Amino acid sequence: MSKQQQPVDARTDDAFAQALEFDAVKGRSLWDDARHRLFKNRAAVVSLVTLGIIVITVIVGPWLVPWDADFTDWDNIYSPPSLSNGHYFGTDAVGRDLLVRTMEGGRISLLVGLVATLVSLVIGVAYGTIAGYFGGRIDQVMMRIVDIFYALPFMFFVILLMVVFGRNIILVFVAIGAINWLDMARIVRGQTLSLKRTEFIEAAVTCGATPFNVIRRHILPNLMGVVMVYITLTIPQVILVESFLSFLGLGVQEPMTSWGALVNDGAQDMESAAWILVFPAIFLSLTLYCLNYIGDGLRDAIDPRDQG
Amino acid sequence: MLKYALNRLAWAIPTLLLLITVAFFMIRVAPGGPFDSEKSLPPEIEQNIKAKYHLDEPVIQQYFRYLGQVLRFDFGPSFQYRDWTVNQLIADGFPVSLSIGALAMLLSFVLGIGIGTMAALRQNTGLDHGLMGVAMLGISIPNFVIAPLLILAVAINLGWLPSGGWEWNWRNMVLPVITLALPVTAYIARLMRGSMIDVLNSDFIRTARAKGLSEITVIRRHAMKPALLPVISYMGPAAAGLITGSVVIERIFAIPGIGSYFVQGAMNRDYTLVMGVVIFYGVLIIAFNFIVDLIYAWLNPRIQY
Repeated sequence: MSKQQQPVDARTDDAFAQALEFDAVKGRSLWDDARHRLFKNRAAVVSLVTLGIIVITVIVGPWLVPWDADFTDWDNIYSPPSLSNGHYFGTDAVGRDLLVRTMEGGRISLLVGLVATLVSLVIGVAYGTIAGYFGGRIDQVMMRIVDIFYALPFMFFVILLMVVFGRNIILVFVAIGAINWLDMARIVRGQTLSLKRTEFIEAAVTCGATPFNVIRRHILPNLMGVVMVYITLTIPQVILVESFLSFLGLGVQEPMTSWGALVNDGAQDMESAAWILVFPAIFLSLTLYCLNYIGDGLRDAIDPRDQG
Repeated sequence: MLKYALNRLAWAIPTLLLLITVAFFMIRVAPGGPFDSEKSLPPEIEQNIKAKYHLDEPVIQQYFRYLGQVLRFDFGPSFQYRDWTVNQLIADGFPVSLSIGALAMLLSFVLGIGIGTMAALRQNTGLDHGLMGVAMLGISIPNFVIAPLLILAVAINLGWLPSGGWEWNWRNMVLPVITLALPVTAYIARLMRGSMIDVLNSDFIRTARAKGLSEITVIRRHAMKPALLPVISYMGPAAAGLITGSVVIERIFAIPGIGSYFVQGAMNRDYTLVMGVVIFYGVLIIAFNFIVDLIYAWLNPRIQY
């Protein structure tokens, strides 16, 4: 967050202002306003804190727990959650500690969420800015292509991809990212179209800036807000898709695991050992819940149009 | 209107062609064929099998042969279920998938619109926050998490409903339909709330109220139609979501629908079956989007055609 707190225009002019020893009154930038609004949103703040706790637990946790993720404790197979044997979340069918498995799975789920979102971000922003900036014929053709893609049953293609090329974690990233860029492209294009008509872009063009430079220096920084909102809303979607695939047995491969894969394991044994299902399910759902609320809060904060 | 409809229809054709092409070539580059087995067949027999399914022809020729077949709605024989054609498998599974999907669609629209309208009318009250909190839960908890939990609670512990399997009676449908409908319901409720609030703040609603119309009449006669527009345009994605969701739901509840055939086919490299399902569902989604577009244009006076 901290990087984006300064006003977008001022950032490029920082050096200039310092050279002049320009010491303006500290005003409230748009980002300050947005942050203020976000922190007033109770649901978003609670979600932010909860998510922070989950992320830290998942990242640091595996080092603190005395078990390894693939260690099989033969004396404690199907152990329910217990304080006495040290398996606080219980163990699974081959005696692996579920607490550490849940945390390791969380690492993968969150990683997929981040990387795949990044993939969709790069494709979507590049596609959207080009279509929006060049407009006309190019725009029409490019957006028609997006329309066509929209009509395809994408989940089926991802399943196909996973089946065809094998279960490979890199492929999971790319496949999921590659299907999620459509919304991003549309939103970015719309934003670029309206930015293009502003005076400062016109000025840059008049000064002889190349299209690439105009997009990079002037349009991209101003897309920040929308893109950030969209990223927070994409991450949960992506995590959901990954766990969907893993649930079908098409996602990450043993011994690696993810929340979706753990839920799948748990669903097999739920009659006799419900805890195997319940703990990963709680972590997965809670994370998605928090991310959705944060995305919502961020959208209200950055795009305050419908604040009554 | 006719011109608009024809234009929309014309766009469906390249979409369809792309769908078939991508699916066809993707599955052909897959390593491993449908007849790979531990025991290698004598070369003559292998040759015969390949010739029978035209796998010995150049890929391009296979592609055009397949296109021709698809135009005649013939998806060919299944590679795995030896005695079945893909058409038979789809015909077998579709009524099951359709009944669950259609019921879930109906349920989620009725519930979603109702809940959304209610929340909008009580904006920023406890009721609103409560309903939207639950809706957010519905969006956030994946249905493959809800399904096992429901089975555990309702089927296993309480014993009220069967935990899976399929017969044509309502008891087998309740849990799958509810699970499938849940995320869509939640999404529609949020969408409906937002658009209803927008509409209720507009001038023509103020006029309607100023005329002294009762709140119910204002909602029913004036606010409902414009507020429904975003929900209508969500119907296309909703249908796609339901179809995708049905893959998981059919697997969890052991329902013999198209989704379960698809996953089985994908695992077994049953080329024709997988292609058939992807194209079938693709056509379904495209057709559905087309109808939704028409309904939207018909409802929305601002669209010119």
